[in-house]
Amino acid sequence: MKTKRSKLIYNLVTFGLVIAAFIIMTVMINNKTISRSLKGQLIPICSWIMMAVSLNLVVGISGELSLGHAGFMSIGAFTGIVVSGWLLNGFQMEDPTLRLVLALIAGGVTAGVAGVLIGIPVLRLRGDYLAIVTLAFGEIIKNVMNCIYVSVDGTQLRFGFLNNTIPGTILLNGPNGAKGVKTISTFTAGFILVLITLAVVLNLVNSRAGRAIKATRDNRIAAESMGVPVTRYKMMAFVTAAVIAGMAGVLYGLNMATLVPTKFSFNESINVLVFVVMGGIGNILGSVISATALTILPEKLRFLQNYRMLIYAVVLILVMVLGNNPTLKSWFRSVFGRLFRRGKPEDGPDGEKEVARHE
Amino acid sequence: MSEERKRRSDTRMVPYPSQAIVPERDVGKQPVLETRHLGIEFGGLKAVEDFNMIIGRTEIAGLIGPNGAGKTTVFNLLTKVYEPTTGTVLINGRDTKGLSIVQTAHLGVARTFQNIRLFSQMTVEENVRIGLHNQIRYDMFTGILRLPRYWQQERRQHEETLELLSIFGMQDLADVRAGSLPYGAQRRLEIVRALATNPSLLLLDEPAAGMNPHETEELMENIARIRDQFQIAILLIEHDMSLVMGVCEGICVLNFGRIIAKGTADEIQNNPVVIEAYLGRRKEG
Amino acid sequence: MAFLSNLVNGISLGSIYAMIALGYTMVYGIAKMLNFAHGDVIMVGAYLAFCAAQYWGMPPLVALLIAMVACTVLGMTIEKLAYAPLRQATSLAVLITAIGMSYLLQNTALLIWGANPKVFPDLIGLDSLQLFGGELVIKGATLVTIAANIVIMVVLTLFINRTRMGKAMRCVSEDRGAAELMGINVNRTISATFAIGSCLAAVAGFLLCSSYPMLQPTTGSMPGIKAFTAAVFGGIGSIPGAMIGGILLGVIEILGKAYVSTELGDAIVFAVLIIVLLVRPTGLLGKVQREKV
Repeated sequence: MKTKRSKLIYNLVTFGLVIAAFIIMTVMINNKTISRSLKGQLIPICSWIMMAVSLNLVVGISGELSLGHAGFMSIGAFTGIVVSGWLLNGFQMEDPTLRLVLALIAGGVTAGVAGVLIGIPVLRLRGDYLAIVTLAFGEIIKNVMNCIYVSVDGTQLRFGFLNNTIPGTILLNGPNGAKGVKTISTFTAGFILVLITLAVVLNLVNSRAGRAIKATRDNRIAAESMGVPVTRYKMMAFVTAAVIAGMAGVLYGLNMATLVPTKFSFNESINVLVFVVMGGIGNILGSVISATALTILPEKLRFLQNYRMLIYAVVLILVMVLGNNPTLKSWFRSVFGRLFRRGKPEDGPDGEKEVARHE
Repeated sequence: MSEERKRRSDTRMVPYPSQAIVPERDVGKQPVLETRHLGIEFGGLKAVEDFNMIIGRTEIAGLIGPNGAGKTTVFNLLTKVYEPTTGTVLINGRDTKGLSIVQTAHLGVARTFQNIRLFSQMTVEENVRIGLHNQIRYDMFTGILRLPRYWQQERRQHEETLELLSIFGMQDLADVRAGSLPYGAQRRLEIVRALATNPSLLLLDEPAAGMNPHETEELMENIARIRDQFQIAILLIEHDMSLVMGVCEGICVLNFGRIIAKGTADEIQNNPVVIEAYLGRRKEG
Repeated sequence: MAFLSNLVNGISLGSIYAMIALGYTMVYGIAKMLNFAHGDVIMVGAYLAFCAAQYWGMPPLVALLIAMVACTVLGMTIEKLAYAPLRQATSLAVLITAIGMSYLLQNTALLIWGANPKVFPDLIGLDSLQLFGGELVIKGATLVTIAANIVIMVVLTLFINRTRMGKAMRCVSEDRGAAELMGINVNRTISATFAIGSCLAAVAGFLLCSSYPMLQPTTGSMPGIKAFTAAVFGGIGSIPGAMIGGILLGVIEILGKAYVSTELGDAIVFAVLIIVLLVRPTGLLGKVQREKV
């Protein structure tokens, strides 16, 4: 049962957790009690939370399996790097905050435009065919990014496609990506972006548009028969997610001194999908928690060396197999049901057959 | 042959469907629905053929026929789930040719489904609110930014929803997940959701299926009440003859995709062709 | 002549894609799941053949047989342990499990064989075919690949259409519930499907590394994704579709790299897939499913 009150509690818990985590981390940074590795991960964690929450909007709320979400992150990241480098080298804009804000806007807009362009063909398809086309677009973006050269010549941006003989200071160097990027992302910026992401997605889900998106997921034909323009709302979810992913990319890209296009491969898209599934389809708070945990955990397990990914793989399989075991499921429900039932809105389709189903 | 004569001889003349009946009170008003020579083929098989029907502004009409007669296909043609192969559908006088399901819904057609199609993961209230989607509106940014208009329109939706749910006394179920409702309640919720779209024509596909006689009796009264309260036309497909004969004014009988009889309840009940379609021909001798 | 040579190479690469795509498409058709670990079975097959030939001194054909048998067992084991318990689960859960399995295979290979690429020996040992007075040279591996693919296509088509198990597979793929009611052992059918798919993957791995002799734990992933694309391209679930899709994809890739741009080869492949799906939303030979309202 999902009442107004439980929805409110859920949102408060989500925001409360994020704010509490931020305060704790800030205190630890000031006390210098934070480990080096964790400190270095704070900004990427914010990016991955944004990625997971935005993908959850597509997979959980809108019910379409997307396997190319890292593509939007890639577009955002490199747009952000180019804009930041352009402002710095072309216009001597030294203020990092202003540069970051402008880069974020540019990255979000570019990724959003890409989202519209990709969404038009993609959302005409259904189920697994839709999934494979998002995969294809993700690979195309990676491939095309490998061929783009950008430099800043005076105040001019110069572009080269498959052509690296462009004058000026190189910002993007084809397959070698970006080097010597001024890292201007801050943890505070990441925190604010996460809050904005959560506010946008949670508010959207509980609004007229969000209900239309969920209705489209639950039953496309019924939604159409009620006069809901299905494709428009699928598009809305897809593009919103693309914009957020683009901004996550900017945050991520401007935190790395070097970044190559192949970083944003199919594997990264899949990783984000793992965050979403592990956190619970349609469960935004779950995405936040699992993105954080699954970014920190592999780093903490670094001492295991080559066994690390092996263990990750085994854990992944075990969680899926045991988590879907009917006996264990009902046992869990009886033991933990009362504890967790309250705050958790059951937004996700429980027969997730519906996520990748042919209609 | 002259060019003009040739053109004239190529024109195929078809009879204009005129044997329509509508309630007397609706005479002189534009009918809610009019179909002319409506038909659809699936791979050469004519599922519905030459389907002509007129429904008056406030008529409760019934569409009956044996299993597989093509009744639901007619609904799918009227709502444009299928594009007709031949013929015309006029909703409030507007031709629906080439319109999508969504556009047809905007013309004022709402329906329920034979195999229930609720938004099962959403609450009862949210389901009705989807029906109100085009009635009480605000844009996406108003929703994300929670502008004053959001709160105002949300409150309107909430009040309207509860009022609609009260038709079937379902206000207390507003926060229940639609998928967990009992069967009968799910059927009633579908009707409420359809009503929320403010239709001029409500199509009910087997509304009494799976209901017990008591519930059916109640439903019958509610259907009549809905018509009186909202002043809309209702077309229903139903196998429960007590419901059809009890509430429908004009009845249309379909068999093998063709209309075999039209008339009032009394006329249909005594029509030998209808009896034969349902029971088969009695052996001679 | 250069065009002809590219075409032949394209058909050869496409034949490999087709063999892998068959595994994807059969598993999809019958178990309704995207088995993302399939690409990594290729890699395992290639490593096993490599070890058998290089370290244990087996003759090439025996090496191939060992790889085939081992992969068949591997495929069936994966299905029993990881996928069978998820029959009733959501398709996303199965997808994530398959991805976990893919990580598992890659990282196990990493532990056993290390990250450094191994150079796959020339096990086919067939001389290049010289045509048109030496103007067109076709490598032995290429010839064997194309020939193997033709044999596989014929045998598989006969198997699907003429045998009891083939008929069972077609039934399960059409309607699992009804097949079960008709007394078909669905679990055994799915198991057999994985066995065939994995066995073909071993052959594909052997042939892939004979043509492109660099072998590392990630060798299988890109051909895996491409073959998956090929399966969708041809209409996922359709066996002839996978064959046609695979070959077309290989040809497009090689010709694209040769005549448009080497760097954009993959982008071209995926762009063609997108265009095909926009024109035919269920692939070249895929069935159009209509939802009953």
